[in-house]
Amino acid sequence: MGYRMVFDRAKCQGYANCIIEAPEIWDFDEDEDIAVLHQEHPAEELRAKADASARGCPAHAITVEDVP
Amino acid sequence: MRSVAIVGASLAGVHAAEGLRDRGFEGDITLIDREASLPYDKPPLSKNALLDGSVDEELPLRPQSWYDERGIVLRLGHEVVGLDTSARTLHLGGGELTYEGLVLATGSAARALPVPCGEPSRIHRLRTLEDARRLRAELVPGRHLVVVGAGFIGLEVAATARRLGVDVTVVETAATPLNRVFGPEVGGWIRQVHERNGVDVRCAVALQEISVHRDGFTLRFAEGPTLSADVVVGGVGAAPQTGWLEGSGIAVANGVRCASDLSAGVPGVVAAGDIAHWHNALFGEDMRVEHWTNAVEQGRHAAGTLLGEREDHLSVPYFWTDQHDAKIRFVGRADAADDVVIEEPKPDALVALYGRNGVLRGAVCVRTPRRLAEYREAIRNRTPWEEVAGQFAGAGLTASTREPGSGQAVQEV
Repeated sequence: MGYRMVFDRAKCQGYANCIIEAPEIWDFDEDEDIAVLHQEHPAEELRAKADASARGCPAHAITVEDVP
Repeated sequence: MRSVAIVGASLAGVHAAEGLRDRGFEGDITLIDREASLPYDKPPLSKNALLDGSVDEELPLRPQSWYDERGIVLRLGHEVVGLDTSARTLHLGGGELTYEGLVLATGSAARALPVPCGEPSRIHRLRTLEDARRLRAELVPGRHLVVVGAGFIGLEVAATARRLGVDVTVVETAATPLNRVFGPEVGGWIRQVHERNGVDVRCAVALQEISVHRDGFTLRFAEGPTLSADVVVGGVGAAPQTGWLEGSGIAVANGVRCASDLSAGVPGVVAAGDIAHWHNALFGEDMRVEHWTNAVEQGRHAAGTLLGEREDHLSVPYFWTDQHDAKIRFVGRADAADDVVIEEPKPDALVALYGRNGVLRGAVCVRTPRRLAEYREAIRNRTPWEEVAGQFAGAGLTASTREPGSGQAVQEV
């Protein structure tokens, strides 16, 4: 079973916690002040970082979905 | 283990509960708090929620259904008055609760102003949803707000109040805002951000007394003219809420003294969040951190320790503060720095690095979050200062080397 990142761009408030927690998965547009999902399907070994980026988003803009 | 009690339905407390369930813990979990509201998020209380008035609604971290689905029992509006660690019993205002595992997550409370202030209850502070609602009702355009203390919360309130059309003065005993946390160079830069946005910032002033009269307040200083105010906010920091642990056998000194895995020295007890004073082996230092991400990480880590994982909690602290249009982000530690370099890579942006004992220790980034992510990794890897500072170039570069030991006083945050 894998997983995928779900990013609700409308909720993003530019905290940048996601890129701090998982720079492999997230990028950031500094001009628009908004996060950019760099990898929708990260490797399995990045799962802990993926979860941390979701947990660390104060705006609740990120979820990690299990996919069969 | 069949039952865990979590005292403090705080960010750390909620994440401890989630961390227990995510690890497959199937016993009872009870979250206890003196406040009656569903656990809520605090950062917006001085920022967006204060600005747009949503403090008048609920700001729950999780809906009630989240707790129900996970079998997490909420006992809200219950004050914990004492703890008997040998009988593993909590004393509540109206009863007792026994536990096998206990998470201490009571957070911190605003410090009172250290000067006579007539009716202290008329001085605002900002810690809870109720505090924010009371303050919001008084932030009326054209009024004059005086914020005592240029720390994070005081400066955020100042910025929000300006946007609401309030006249704002900030008074601070240190030489610059956030001097103790960031040092004078970055503190001076932040002062300019506030001044550009119409905040009257008065540093290096010693407040002596606040007198209260029917229409407002008069603030007297050791030197210089008095200030009158319609509203006063005290923002002089927070203290860990550990009074209820007196006599419990839990060691308390600037928070709960924890081992490197967040265990609290008594079997079956761990601490998380603002009150945890733990040994962060990544820095080789004891520290206590009063920030959002720390509460999330520690709540989760403490849950693992309680279930027997016993791993060190290694953390590069991270936090943010929004003031006017400056989104200030910080990783690591800036206290007691030997070396500081500062760069302004573009208008209204800033990068400052802090080093000590030849190693990168902290970084402040404004409008440059991509570099912040790099520096967090560099701090985690204990990158030599020369290596980082050597790559550091750009417009407006200033560097200073401080006499060892002459850095700022010990940082509490």
